[in-house]
Amino acid sequence: MSAAPQLSPAVAAGPALEVSDLARGFGPVRALRGVSFALERGEALAVFGPNGAGKSTLLRLLAGLLRPERGSIRLFGHPFNRSDAAQRVRIGLISHASLLYDGLTGRENLEFTARCYRLSSPREAAQRALESMGLVDAADRAAGTYSRGMTQRLAIARALLHDPEIVLLDEPFTGLDTRAAGVLRSLLERLRADRRTLVLVTHNLEEGLELATQVALQVSGRFVMLDRRGDDPSLWRARYAEAVAGA
Amino acid sequence: MRDVLAQALAVAAKDLKLEFRRRTAIFSALVFTALVLAIFNFARDPTAVSATALAPGVLWITFTFAGLLGLNRAFAIERENRALDGLLLAPVSRSGLYLGKLIGNLVFVGLVEAIALPLFAIFFNVPVWGVIGPLVGVIALATVGFVAVGTIMSAIAVGTRFADLMLPVLMLPFLMPPVTGAVQVTARLFAARPFAEVVGWLKLLVAYDIVFVVICLLVFEAVLDE
Repeated sequence: MSAAPQLSPAVAAGPALEVSDLARGFGPVRALRGVSFALERGEALAVFGPNGAGKSTLLRLLAGLLRPERGSIRLFGHPFNRSDAAQRVRIGLISHASLLYDGLTGRENLEFTARCYRLSSPREAAQRALESMGLVDAADRAAGTYSRGMTQRLAIARALLHDPEIVLLDEPFTGLDTRAAGVLRSLLERLRADRRTLVLVTHNLEEGLELATQVALQVSGRFVMLDRRGDDPSLWRARYAEAVAGA
Repeated sequence: MRDVLAQALAVAAKDLKLEFRRRTAIFSALVFTALVLAIFNFARDPTAVSATALAPGVLWITFTFAGLLGLNRAFAIERENRALDGLLLAPVSRSGLYLGKLIGNLVFVGLVEAIALPLFAIFFNVPVWGVIGPLVGVIALATVGFVAVGTIMSAIAVGTRFADLMLPVLMLPFLMPPVTGAVQVTARLFAARPFAEVVGWLKLLVAYDIVFVVICLLVFEAVLDE
């Protein structure tokens, strides 16, 4: 993956990601209602919640794919402007959908992404990403022929190709076998060690709690709990069970 | 500007690679072209309507609807796996994205036209080769206009339930000026009329191209917004 962009002290001022009173609806449905949190560089927020809680909407807002109805998002102390390419390049999204073209090979998908991100050597960047995800052998096959796990690995490689400072992950462990899940886990740990900021939406409590510095429970578009992870994961298990039962 | 062009070429190359691997839209357009030309040719009563009188309209009906088949696919391929989200996340300027789609569509429609024109010459026996230079010029002018508008309409239509139907409906009012101009110029070329008779129509086509390419570049970001 390419080298991380160097931040000037002025740009790096403030939390890496600061969200205040974020709200968004779709017609009569209120998907997100006044969500707020702040993450410093190197922190990871795990968001748990039942289906339909608005977790994916939160990630799409943070990625700039949706416009908030209310509230604000600040990246490194600056208001997030969806039209600003320089800000968008600091974000990587691993979405529910793979964002890949089935008709292109794995390598072509990554090279195209590298060109979109104006990386200096698209071929080398794609090759490195394929190697890091263990996809070299399948690199020249159409992405549409990949298994679910391979597609997910390619989608992760695609999202991290430009070495984003803020990584948004929507159920990233879905479809991965044990080995691939291990690769992803160590990759995420490496990202945190590199002081990348992560927002992880997941149903997988164990994976989320292992990675997170902050944990949120989201129900009906609201953060009903937001706290430091603490040392006792069982506390969050009980809270999550309560939230799901009450939803 | 260099970055915008590089990104536009990357998007166009990707679109064309996907299309020529699947070949669904190009085959549909070519089969449609052959069918339209054959049907018009056999349905025409040569004692009632001369080929020269009918040919310009047939040529532009064929080009326009064959082109629409291709335009539909420009954004349909971005729906697969929500690939458009990936493009919107990347630092690809919206102008670069529009230009890339426009270039891809122009190559696609240009290829269909390049195959359709000899077929048209065979079926209708009109003096195509004597006016091939000016004819290619007017085809290029009209094609740029309707593909420029078609590209943005394709982005609008793809989000609707009846995308294939919506595109021609949305396009209809915008197709009138370039297609009318192109038919008028083509008819005069086939009839070997003096150049002065087509100057006004050519100005219309040039103005349409400039105005709509600029407008489409300006409004494309708003079209893509959610």
